[in-house]
Amino acid sequence: MNLTALTELAEQELQRQQDLKLRLFLCYSTPCISAGAEAVKVALEELIKEQDLAAQLEVVATGCMGPCSRGPLLRIVVAGEERTYEKVTPEQACEILLHGLAGNPIETGALPADIPFFARQTKIVLGNNGWIDPGKIEHSIARDGYAALAYVLHEMSPEEVCNEIKKSGLRGRGGGGYPAGVKWNLVRKSPAERKYVVANGDEGDPGAYMDRTIMESDPHRVLEGMAIAGYAVGAEQGYIYVRGEYPLAAARLTKAIRDAERCGLLGSRVLDSSFNFRIDLRVGAGAFVCGEETALMTSIMGRRGQPVPRPPYPAQSGLWGYPTLINNVESFANVAPILHRGADWFAGFGTEKSKGTKVFALCGEVVNSGLIEVPMGISLRDIVFEIGGGLPDGGQFKAAQTGGPSGGCIPAEYLDTPVDYESLKELGSIMGSGGLIVMNETSCMPDVAKFFMEFCMDESCGKCVPCRVGTVEMYELLKRITDGSAMLGDLETLEELCGLVQETSLCGLGMTAPNPVLNTLKYYRAEYLAHIEENCCPAGVCQLDQVPLLKLPEHAAELAIFKEEN
Amino acid sequence: MSQVPKKLRLATVWLGGCSGCHMSFLDLDELLIELVEKVDIVYGPLVDTKKFPEEVDICLVEGAVTNVENLELARSIRSNSKLVISFGDCAVTGNVTSMRNRIPVKDLLTAVYHEAQAPIGAESLEVLPALLKKALPLHQAIKVDIYLPGCPPAPERIAAALTALLDNRPVDL
Amino acid sequence: MPVITLTIDEELVSARAGQSILEACRDHEIKIPTLCHLDGLSARGGCRLCLVAVAGSPRLLPACTTAVQENMVVTTSNEKIERYRRMILELTFAERNHTCAVCVSNENCELQTLAAELGMDHVRYDYLNPDLPLDTSHERYGVDHNRCLLCLRCVRVCDEVEGAHTWDVKGRGIKSQVITDLNRPWGASESCTECGKCVEVCPTGALFTKGSAVAEMKKEASFLRRILDGREKRQWRR
Repeated sequence: MNLTALTELAEQELQRQQDLKLRLFLCYSTPCISAGAEAVKVALEELIKEQDLAAQLEVVATGCMGPCSRGPLLRIVVAGEERTYEKVTPEQACEILLHGLAGNPIETGALPADIPFFARQTKIVLGNNGWIDPGKIEHSIARDGYAALAYVLHEMSPEEVCNEIKKSGLRGRGGGGYPAGVKWNLVRKSPAERKYVVANGDEGDPGAYMDRTIMESDPHRVLEGMAIAGYAVGAEQGYIYVRGEYPLAAARLTKAIRDAERCGLLGSRVLDSSFNFRIDLRVGAGAFVCGEETALMTSIMGRRGQPVPRPPYPAQSGLWGYPTLINNVESFANVAPILHRGADWFAGFGTEKSKGTKVFALCGEVVNSGLIEVPMGISLRDIVFEIGGGLPDGGQFKAAQTGGPSGGCIPAEYLDTPVDYESLKELGSIMGSGGLIVMNETSCMPDVAKFFMEFCMDESCGKCVPCRVGTVEMYELLKRITDGSAMLGDLETLEELCGLVQETSLCGLGMTAPNPVLNTLKYYRAEYLAHIEENCCPAGVCQLDQVPLLKLPEHAAELAIFKEEN
Repeated sequence: MSQVPKKLRLATVWLGGCSGCHMSFLDLDELLIELVEKVDIVYGPLVDTKKFPEEVDICLVEGAVTNVENLELARSIRSNSKLVISFGDCAVTGNVTSMRNRIPVKDLLTAVYHEAQAPIGAESLEVLPALLKKALPLHQAIKVDIYLPGCPPAPERIAAALTALLDNRPVDL
Repeated sequence: MPVITLTIDEELVSARAGQSILEACRDHEIKIPTLCHLDGLSARGGCRLCLVAVAGSPRLLPACTTAVQENMVVTTSNEKIERYRRMILELTFAERNHTCAVCVSNENCELQTLAAELGMDHVRYDYLNPDLPLDTSHERYGVDHNRCLLCLRCVRVCDEVEGAHTWDVKGRGIKSQVITDLNRPWGASESCTECGKCVEVCPTGALFTKGSAVAEMKKEASFLRRILDGREKRQWRR
């Protein structure tokens, strides 16, 4: 396929879509499928078959539309007006279809178009979500898919591409926030006979599903971004590493890669240029640490997924010792829009140091949970109370947890903080990959810290001592604090251990594992002290039914348990 | 008449250990004679005092904290002693005494008092002080000032520590 | 070979390009404590005892895996580094069941020696007391996981020097354990050549020759240099 053929295909597909009387977009991503989207799809297909409507309309099984707590979602466009119906049953869906076809769409169940959930979002990465069938490459192409790649291959030099990315101000969306353009240039300038591009789709933070959604909803966007990166840095081979818990993402990516290869958009002589680029899928085996770039690469190479010390950085020595560009899936998903619409356009979104948008998985104690994309710099208050619609059942906002097990809790007094890399870091949390958990007054902070520490303890690979043993010892101390057997010295020991693990661990997992503890100690120290000194859990979560060691002799009754039950 | 310098009050305690450290202490031989000129041994397995005395200057504690009785004694040691020394590996690390830690207490007692050819039967459980889930090094129960390792600590090492303390020098092992 | 000049502990020293900070330090008789490192085996950077401060780096870096660079300024010891090293040793002792008094390597143990050298006289953390097995199925050798530090010298020497790759690791995090073949008893291993290299390089009493009683197991890892000199430099000596 060449540029002309690509344009033709896009036009043909657009024409076909316009010729249809009605297109129904059914959200067919994991949350909506689990809410019953499959039955809706079957009902719609039966109705179409029964009434022989196939020539007039089509049902598009799309990727995620966003308000996941309201699924299954069905969207139609009638006379240029868009309607999204929530919690659709198969019967309602048939009615929506029939009325929509007749030109007088029903209003029951339709979400108002101007609700802040939609109105306050800016969709760059998720621009195609909800509008295309991720399994159909022509849908993607009709919405400018691979147009940026075609332009880049014929009109730009690799150096220009890197500089454009640099100019856009795009920073790594995996959490670190390293300037993408700088990284691309490093790999481009590394002299080597072979280079690699790797997309990190090993999203493991509890409650986060940004990357999964991108891969499931718009796989071609990721592939196009990787191919552009390959051209820019001089790589002919790319790997996309998907965690094993995401079979749907893996299946959709596999199909997307095959389709793109068939169309000549990947493989040898991409779009009739001299550029070759293959992408292979690698599926992880369920280790959180493989989201760490050096561990991910050891896993791709078929070894035990454990990190190796940096330096050398992957840009100097990555896969099989060759320079490797590794970016997060969301970072790659930003690439095509940047090159398609220009770095300046992209840099128009966000703040001075954090450009563009960020996808968040908004969950926890919030009315509208789901997947959102917002411009960088938006306040936390807007996210939680505008887009999220506040807390349900009159709950009091206590904290927002960002960055998963590597992040921290942001208390209510900082609700007006702009969400960008620097501001969050100043508060002792991190942007992370985009998990955002809202907590109300029934969350106990030492208990939250214990939850994340247990996660890190279970996910530690075991290579370095501070992380392998330190996380267990920190967990034991947190367990003591939350079960009532802690003594005041324990808090000091815990803080000292946090410092050690943070400063001496081998990789990011260990370095950031103490963050939830340090951060909650910073803002909620009184809660820790209440547990230890007053034997009281202010949130009423912890049982506190154990006794500190030195007080054991006074608890003769409880002592019996040592004879009988242990 | 020249003033007689006040003698230091020394206590030695035997918690969960084999008393090997005390044997090593006795191996100080003739140093013991010098020692009694400078200290009063006010409590210990070698002294017939039942209650831990007050105002002890130096207390050598052998053994791990393994039951509630140990724990109570440890508390009074701390509140009545100026200087507490973890005396030997069991007090410092738990050592051999703590090798039972991976076995649940119930299994442990069953094995010893029910299954084995023990001289006393199940009723003895009633009079035993309750065992802690784990045998602990002394410093996990109370604050310890000096650690004197060894299984047992060699008499020379004990002598070095004690003479340093009596001469008011820092203990450097 | 290009020579690099760098500052280690306020002293200007020279090193060969490609050397690690640790190698450069040893050439100049600057002592850095190590546990997982062994001269002749690949660097691992796992025990974190050799962490040093490098000017310009926000983090402490392991001397064993960090290459020297021109004008690098390295500090091998300060109050914080010493404190962290002691804490790491405390964690190592707390992890498994190190009962020195009944160990074959008592008084010949690298962990014990390091604790004495670095002044780690007690462990403030909870002893984890895991329930770990002892494998004495091999005719000549035994492995006691209670004493293992997971330094993986055995894994590396078996793979890199002997070429058998009998040893590997199962599990992750605190549940990691060294295994022979695919977690078969050592005595049933078909790949083990019974060369005993793993036993000699093991820093503690985790790997031992059967029949050794307390404090009888003395190890000698210098054979490794001899083999490697022969292999790499064609220098054969006894």
